[in-house]
Amino acid sequence: MAVLDETQMREGVDRETVETVQSMAGTYKHGWETEIEMDFAPKGLNEDIVRLISEKNNEPEWLLEWRLDAYRRWLTMESPDWAMLNIPEIDYQEQYYYAKPKSMAEKPKSLDDVDPKLLETYAKLGIPLKEQMLLAGVEGAEEGRKVAVDAVFDSVSLGTTFKKELAAAGVIFCSISEAVQDHPELVKKYLGSVVPQNDNYFAALNSAVFSDGSFVYIPAGVKCPMELSTYFRINAENTGQFERTLIVAEKGSHVSYLEGCTAPKRDTNQLHAAVVEIVILEDAEVKYSTVQNWFPGDENGKGGIYNFVTKRADCREDRAKVMWTQVETGSAITWKYPSCILRGDDTQGEFYSIAIANNWQQADTGTKMVHLGKNSRSRIVSKGISAGHAQNTYRGLVSMHPKATSSRNYTQCDSLLIGDKCGAHTVPYIEVRNASSRVEHEATTSKVDDDQLFYCRSRGMDEEEAVALVVNGFCKEVLQELPMEFAMEAQALVAISLEGSVG
Amino acid sequence: MMPRAKLKAQKVEAAQALLADRTLPEGGAWITKARNAAQARVRDMGLPTKRDEYWRYTDPRRLTDAGVVAGALHDTKGEPLVFDQIDRIKLVFVDGVFDEQASDPLVLDGVEICQLSQAARTDLHWARDLYGSLDARAQSPVERPLASLNTAYATEGVLIRVTGKPQKPISLIYLRKSETADAMLHHVIRVEAGAEATVLENGPIATRFNQVMEVDIADGGTLHHIRAQGRDHERVGSAHLFARLGEGAHLKSFTLTANGALIRNDSIIWLDGAGGSAHVAGATVGDGAFHHDDTVFITHGAPRCESRQVFKKVLRGGAVGVFQGKILVDQIAQLTDGYQISQSLLLDENAQFLAKPELEIYADDVKCSHGSTSGEIDDNQLFYLRARGVPEDTAKTLLVLAFLAEALDEIADSAFADDLRTRLEAWFERRG
Repeated sequence: MAVLDETQMREGVDRETVETVQSMAGTYKHGWETEIEMDFAPKGLNEDIVRLISEKNNEPEWLLEWRLDAYRRWLTMESPDWAMLNIPEIDYQEQYYYAKPKSMAEKPKSLDDVDPKLLETYAKLGIPLKEQMLLAGVEGAEEGRKVAVDAVFDSVSLGTTFKKELAAAGVIFCSISEAVQDHPELVKKYLGSVVPQNDNYFAALNSAVFSDGSFVYIPAGVKCPMELSTYFRINAENTGQFERTLIVAEKGSHVSYLEGCTAPKRDTNQLHAAVVEIVILEDAEVKYSTVQNWFPGDENGKGGIYNFVTKRADCREDRAKVMWTQVETGSAITWKYPSCILRGDDTQGEFYSIAIANNWQQADTGTKMVHLGKNSRSRIVSKGISAGHAQNTYRGLVSMHPKATSSRNYTQCDSLLIGDKCGAHTVPYIEVRNASSRVEHEATTSKVDDDQLFYCRSRGMDEEEAVALVVNGFCKEVLQELPMEFAMEAQALVAISLEGSVG
Repeated sequence: MMPRAKLKAQKVEAAQALLADRTLPEGGAWITKARNAAQARVRDMGLPTKRDEYWRYTDPRRLTDAGVVAGALHDTKGEPLVFDQIDRIKLVFVDGVFDEQASDPLVLDGVEICQLSQAARTDLHWARDLYGSLDARAQSPVERPLASLNTAYATEGVLIRVTGKPQKPISLIYLRKSETADAMLHHVIRVEAGAEATVLENGPIATRFNQVMEVDIADGGTLHHIRAQGRDHERVGSAHLFARLGEGAHLKSFTLTANGALIRNDSIIWLDGAGGSAHVAGATVGDGAFHHDDTVFITHGAPRCESRQVFKKVLRGGAVGVFQGKILVDQIAQLTDGYQISQSLLLDENAQFLAKPELEIYADDVKCSHGSTSGEIDDNQLFYLRARGVPEDTAKTLLVLAFLAEALDEIADSAFADDLRTRLEAWFERRG
């Protein structure tokens, strides 16, 4: 492979491993396309398109106005330029903002009525849309686990599983377009309350043209009986996906939410600008896990998804807790900073991240921990891995406001470089505005530590085993935070790129 | 948010307004060329604003405003200046103007010293390739218009060429006698191959100052730089240290800052030759209306170099401490060892610490780490000392000095470190 030949290999690096890493993009598993007739809104972006999307979703007047307001604000804004990303100019008029499979023209009553071609798509991706017990896939795990899935295909949600069982517990889990119809008061109350329309350029764009996404409402005191999951698939060409997710966790409730995404291999870039808002009230807890595996482009950097995402959790009341876990392996460009607003006293925010950038991928990702409440705690563990010609940046903010006394943050950012043509960067912002809070930030960039290798070797391990052991430890802190279903997928993705690849 | 083009236009307009009634100083061909180029850079870049990435924590307006706000002079109560007990060659500046009477004759074995004002009149000078060149180099990727403003308009400063290993340190003493002086100082230091020298700086300089020091250390050369920015509180200023290091060259720079309404210290260092090392350290104590900003960029442009950044800040009573540090490792700079630590001790709830410690790394076989912490005095440590009969105030001062020690340890010569430590102790005693 041409890219590989240019890369100078370090002594001790297993050539095979490097080849495997280099070829990851070439072997993107989910790069196939579903051939299906689609209904497109006309290309381009203007107020009429915004109206059309709103009309297609049969939205109330207030939501249309909300969208138009966002669109008008977006027109006055500029694309952010502060990330360490080289973003080619995006022609927003050359995109489709709404694409819906023709067979979905009439909304199917249940998943059984959905076009088999679409169901096949998800079966091929390994996403269960049948209400069956899921084996976690872990050897030795005897107990079956249930995961409810909302499947979003281009601009529309195909359906949601386990609805009845969830409803029995009082949990609402449906597409956001359904929520607008069935629970308008909840949507109106919370939409935009965490990420306002003019929060940033991409959030404004999303607010104007979002077509679907998931809505989750967990009533007070309820521990959601199963894990909830949304699976996003971009299929149509030149189509942007703009999903909007809203999660509301009432007092004392608890939910674990998973998100996955893939897209076909194409040699043009595609746009994905999502917004996720999470509202967490007193004593409630939300765990949000993502495995982001959008098509990253080929080994020459052609194609791939541009992923501009705004994700934010608002721990609005005392003792609310949020945990973000992300494994970012896909996308040509990733611009993503899942954040925690720790508004209540004794609130807690956690962020665990593995970001892998290979070939010509660029990732600028991290988190924001905004401490407003007393005695609030946050923890950030970020592991960045760069290979090929990729650039991988951790960017994060820890802010202790004057009133957030006796708060605590611990941040650890580690980067690993594989090959001499890539870059790994760390850009933390630390703002401490009171004395009783403690903030600690640590970051390292390195290859595998010789002392650790020596330690292992001197206890009789061979070099390969020693490297494997040390490197395995690199990602473990993050992987162990993932729910089991995702841990398997993530481990497989990470294993390819890490195994014995440093020396 | 203001559109980027509009912001840029405002910055350029502000520079035009500032430069409108200023004429470039007269001088020989080489310096005129450097001044013209620097002036053009300022016009291009415009003046800094708080919207600029590296001014987000420090408002630069007071450094560029048209007028200087008068600041009261500090009553030293007969306390001698720092480094007074040390045998050195003294160069005295009063309100940023060289005072020949008060200074020693500029003669010292192993070094050539010359005033900028005199060198500027010559047509040929060894500093011709250096003056303004590091300022120009430092303008990308981050713009530093204050430095170019200085290169264009400074008329005072010294040019030091170290050819051997002078026996005494070269000491730049900055006295302040006017309540309204607006000073610009531009120093150039060239350390020739294998040469070694120590340069000391101390004193308040002026009510407002803009200082640039350009340092070029040739292969195997060494420069020790120790700076004490203290005394007069009512002053604002910006100081740029630019340093380029050749193969096997070494730089050790330490700054102690106490008092000052607004002080911004930029250190921009390039490790251009293999096997060089650069250590930049700072200890800061601030009380009340005090804003102190350390911004450090170290670029590893060659293999096997080592760099250290050690910054400690003790803050209280509304004092604000800023640290922005970057270790940039080029693709070629394999086997880099980069270390950076920034820590603050906040003595009361009003103090603030704002930090942006960055790593930007393009080489794979490197060891780079940074750490940043902020917090109050550790109760356990305080309890330990109190339990052994140490009064609370003494115990606190002890712990604060212990906290600052890691930065002071970066000074190679213990005589200087001891002198500064005594000053710090006195500072805490005075304030209780």
